[in-house]
Amino acid sequence: MTAVLKVTDLVRHFGGIKAVNNVSFEVAPGELRALIGPNGAGKSTCFNMLMGQLKPTAGKVFLNGEDITGRPPREIWRLGVGRTFQITGTYQSMTVAENVQMALISHNRKLFSVLPRAHRLYREEALDLLETVGMVDQADRACAILAYGDLKRLELAIALANSPRLLLMDEPTAGMAPRERINLMQLTSDIVRDRGVSVLFTEHDMDVVFAHSHHIMVLNRGELIAEGSAAEVRADARVQEVYLGGGTLFAAEDAHA
Amino acid sequence: MLEVSALNSFYGKAHILNDLSFKVERGEVVALLGRNGAGKTTTMKSLMQLVRPRSGQVIFDGTRITGLPAHKAARLGLGYVPEERRIFSDLTILENLEVGRQRPREGAPAWTLEALFELFPNLWERRNNRGKAMSGGEQQMLTIARTLMGNPKLLLLDEPSEGIAPVIVEQMARTIVRLKNEGLTVIISEQNLHFARMVADRAVIIEGGEKKFDGSFSELEKHPEIRDAYLSV
Amino acid sequence: MAMGLFVAQLLTGLANAAALFLVASGLSLIFGVTRIVNFAHGSLYMIGAYVGVTLMNVLPGHFGFWGSIVLAGLITGLIGVVIEMCVLRPVYKAPELFQLVATFGVILVIQDLALMIWGAEDKLGPRAPGLKSVVRILGEPVPQYDLALIAITPFILFALWWLITKTRVGILVRAATQDREMVGALGVNQAWLFTGVFFLGSALAGLGGAIQLPKGGADLLMDLNIISAVFVVVVIGGMGSITGAFLASVLISVLNVFGVTYLPQSTLVLMYVVMAVVLLVRPYGLFGREEKAGEHGQVGEPDRPIRPFGKMGMALTSLLLLGLALVPFLGSSFAQVLIVDILIFCLFAASLQFILSTGGLVSFGHALFYGGGAYAAALLMSYADTPMEVAFILAPISAGLLALVVGWFCIRLSGVYFAMLTLAFSQLGWSLVFQWNEVTGGDDGLVNIWPSAWLSDTTTYYYFALVFVTAGILFLRHVIHAPFGYALRAARDSARQAEATGIDVRKVQWMSFALAGAIAGLAGALFVFSKGSIFPNELQISKSFDALIVVFLGGVKTLSGGIVGATFLEGAKDWLIRLEYWRLVLGLVIIFVVIIAPDGIVGTLRRLGERLGLRRQEEFMR
Repeated sequence: MTAVLKVTDLVRHFGGIKAVNNVSFEVAPGELRALIGPNGAGKSTCFNMLMGQLKPTAGKVFLNGEDITGRPPREIWRLGVGRTFQITGTYQSMTVAENVQMALISHNRKLFSVLPRAHRLYREEALDLLETVGMVDQADRACAILAYGDLKRLELAIALANSPRLLLMDEPTAGMAPRERINLMQLTSDIVRDRGVSVLFTEHDMDVVFAHSHHIMVLNRGELIAEGSAAEVRADARVQEVYLGGGTLFAAEDAHA
Repeated sequence: MLEVSALNSFYGKAHILNDLSFKVERGEVVALLGRNGAGKTTTMKSLMQLVRPRSGQVIFDGTRITGLPAHKAARLGLGYVPEERRIFSDLTILENLEVGRQRPREGAPAWTLEALFELFPNLWERRNNRGKAMSGGEQQMLTIARTLMGNPKLLLLDEPSEGIAPVIVEQMARTIVRLKNEGLTVIISEQNLHFARMVADRAVIIEGGEKKFDGSFSELEKHPEIRDAYLSV
Repeated sequence: MAMGLFVAQLLTGLANAAALFLVASGLSLIFGVTRIVNFAHGSLYMIGAYVGVTLMNVLPGHFGFWGSIVLAGLITGLIGVVIEMCVLRPVYKAPELFQLVATFGVILVIQDLALMIWGAEDKLGPRAPGLKSVVRILGEPVPQYDLALIAITPFILFALWWLITKTRVGILVRAATQDREMVGALGVNQAWLFTGVFFLGSALAGLGGAIQLPKGGADLLMDLNIISAVFVVVVIGGMGSITGAFLASVLISVLNVFGVTYLPQSTLVLMYVVMAVVLLVRPYGLFGREEKAGEHGQVGEPDRPIRPFGKMGMALTSLLLLGLALVPFLGSSFAQVLIVDILIFCLFAASLQFILSTGGLVSFGHALFYGGGAYAAALLMSYADTPMEVAFILAPISAGLLALVVGWFCIRLSGVYFAMLTLAFSQLGWSLVFQWNEVTGGDDGLVNIWPSAWLSDTTTYYYFALVFVTAGILFLRHVIHAPFGYALRAARDSARQAEATGIDVRKVQWMSFALAGAIAGLAGALFVFSKGSIFPNELQISKSFDALIVVFLGGVKTLSGGIVGATFLEGAKDWLIRLEYWRLVLGLVIIFVVIIAPDGIVGTLRRLGERLGLRRQEEFMR
């Protein structure tokens, strides 16, 4: 099977700094893949290049074999890439359902229509999506009053609106309570399984990463330094040194004592 | 020197600090440990009054500073070194230092430009360069030097070892030990336990904005389960 | 000989640049640190001129003249401090629009205070002692005072440069321009720093006003006259750049002088054309930097989700329309004319409200499309013998096309730059109409633009206007509830999320700008046929400001805000202008509303209704 996402030799410079340096990887269909690394390692830069917010200095990004390098975010979305952000970007002035309807309106290319009433359009589909993320009972609440964890789930529903082949999730559980984190990642795993979507996500919570990803990549100073299963990454000496750090050093010293 | 009681802070809707309380004695170096997103930076900002805590209080050297504007907290001798460094990139190094300058105060080491350049020799060589032309490590040195120009009694260092080369991390550790020897009280927030242990007397561990541990490093060594639960894998 | 004339004109241009540079650098400085575009900056310039002329008449000799200029600067600086402390301090954390509206209020207050103190008559500036004659350069006479100004300006530039780059205060100011919060965390009292910067910026404006006295004098129109030139200078030079302000002042002043000689009909237009060209190449000016949108947003906290009218709303609207339909049976023809004026203003305000509130785009030049529509109809009638009905239909279309062109330039920018650019374009339109005598009649306007015979009766036109205004407002309301309106709101709420879900934010905003322009054009067309004539003042700055003020007073959040505000102001105007100092009253009301009740009339009523339990309290209220 061909990869959903294929990245080859991706490079991005900021001034003289190489934020991302020769990064290559593939995401297979139905795969839940994590990208981890210390702050400033280049994770967000990488994500922004995949989604079109940033143009790469060099390298290519392929979606289902099609070259999408340098295309604007809205085109990449239309090709089937959903995205959630570290800081949620929902529409505060709309209800929960309308937020999802907005994405559906866009998907159906009705953005410039001035005739129908928007709040009646695609409402059933929107409610179905909200059902998927367990938000249907809050469909008519104002988005501005939602709890943080609910906003994250809403964002996920929006990202699913155009039946994407690939979901990019930037620190999906940041700022959430431990219980909410587990729920959200469980939900994400279910979606991957039920819909055959691939997910690429960045995350700082190692519990989340090790429990939910099929494959883990570690980025440091803009370069991929390791990848593999949870066990493999955990055992990697360089990963321990630059990222997981602390505990292992500590353990090593304990052993000496 | 510093007494934090039942602090609650929010970031928009997210409840970041949850009834956080701890104390710091004069001359002590305390490490605030926790994973990314545990609330370390918010704690630092809440101490500096850059984030308004919704409830609870901070008493610094006998004065209640909760609710004061940040510049008043700074004038009382609270020095803040932010995680993102936030140097003034259009200003030269000397000008950056000038922004931080305050009068010497009682009960705190007094810094001069000469003393700072002795502490951070790299900065002297580049004193007339603009901030934006500096490496990450140099920027980190500059932020610390800039805050020291205010002759603080208590220094808040937010993730000083983050994103800088290992060599500089060592230099940073030596610098913090030296500052402690000068009589400065320091709170550092860290993810790197190893680094924290090199420089700090005591550890406060937070997770989800709540305090999970408060004690010496030797005590922490006796409880590997705490370390495993809140610090690493 | 041509060479002599050329040099003489160059020198005049350079001399004129002095005052412009002083005012523009002050504006730039204030913006750099406080992020507030001080629209009242022209008023400070006017105060400087009046104070200067008063002092010069009292103080004798060389010392008296130059001392008066310096004192005028200092006094203006202190007045600036008062403004900063009373009006701006309470709104530093408010959305951009509120800050700008507050400075409009200040303009009005100062205009009337100046009228009260110095009277309506223009004051002639005294000539500078010892510099009263002319010098012959290459045979052409050049006033000595011009040469003195040319000599002084570089020193002022140098002094400012020295202050900004070499002193502690300057270092703090530059640091605060970059990261205010960090400067505070290092122990610097920002409130003091802001006040200090405001003092300096105001003093510079005051100096500018005083120093130009021998060339221009003092009058009550000089505040608005200079402000558009200053904006052009600041936009060309780049917001926050002193060097940019200097170069742009010289460029604009020299251009003006040569324009007067070689293209006397297009002096004003020239300035705006230059600006448009510069912005096309460098969207943030010669020395400016990319500006992020305001940190507190442009129009405030998030809207509530919109809902279609309930039964109550429907009933009230129907009742209102019924009442309006019955007016001709009850009221005099005077009442009908008054209500037509109000209706037209309501439609104009509603169209501004649409882009401002739903689109989040704060346009300062919306009168361009109102006046544009009116002039389109008038020109078609005057030159192409177009039937009135056709002209009436073509007017909003022309205004919409004009908005499409202007929007193409403006939508690329955001926040303050967008506002300034729309203002500049509207000034370009105004100057074009004002100076192109052969076609537009210039200041004399176009007259005899009457509707067709079947509409000429007052009552018939009343119904005609009522139908079109109602239709226009209901259409806008419908669009807000349609997918396009939702897309526009999505772009405003989170441009990033919108782009990440397939919405072309710029295109949506561009189209909405054109739509709002077309509706404003419709209002303009209704206006021109109701009056039978059109004059350039219908697309002047003050017309755009009126609309902004109206929307603001009514309430920024809902479409009804603009309508209520327009009704209130247009209705109150009749009563208000009987007062001698109505601007003072209005200005104070505006400032008061900004500080005390920023929700405007509709928002405050809504909140009150909720508190009294008359309206369903939405769970939105925490």
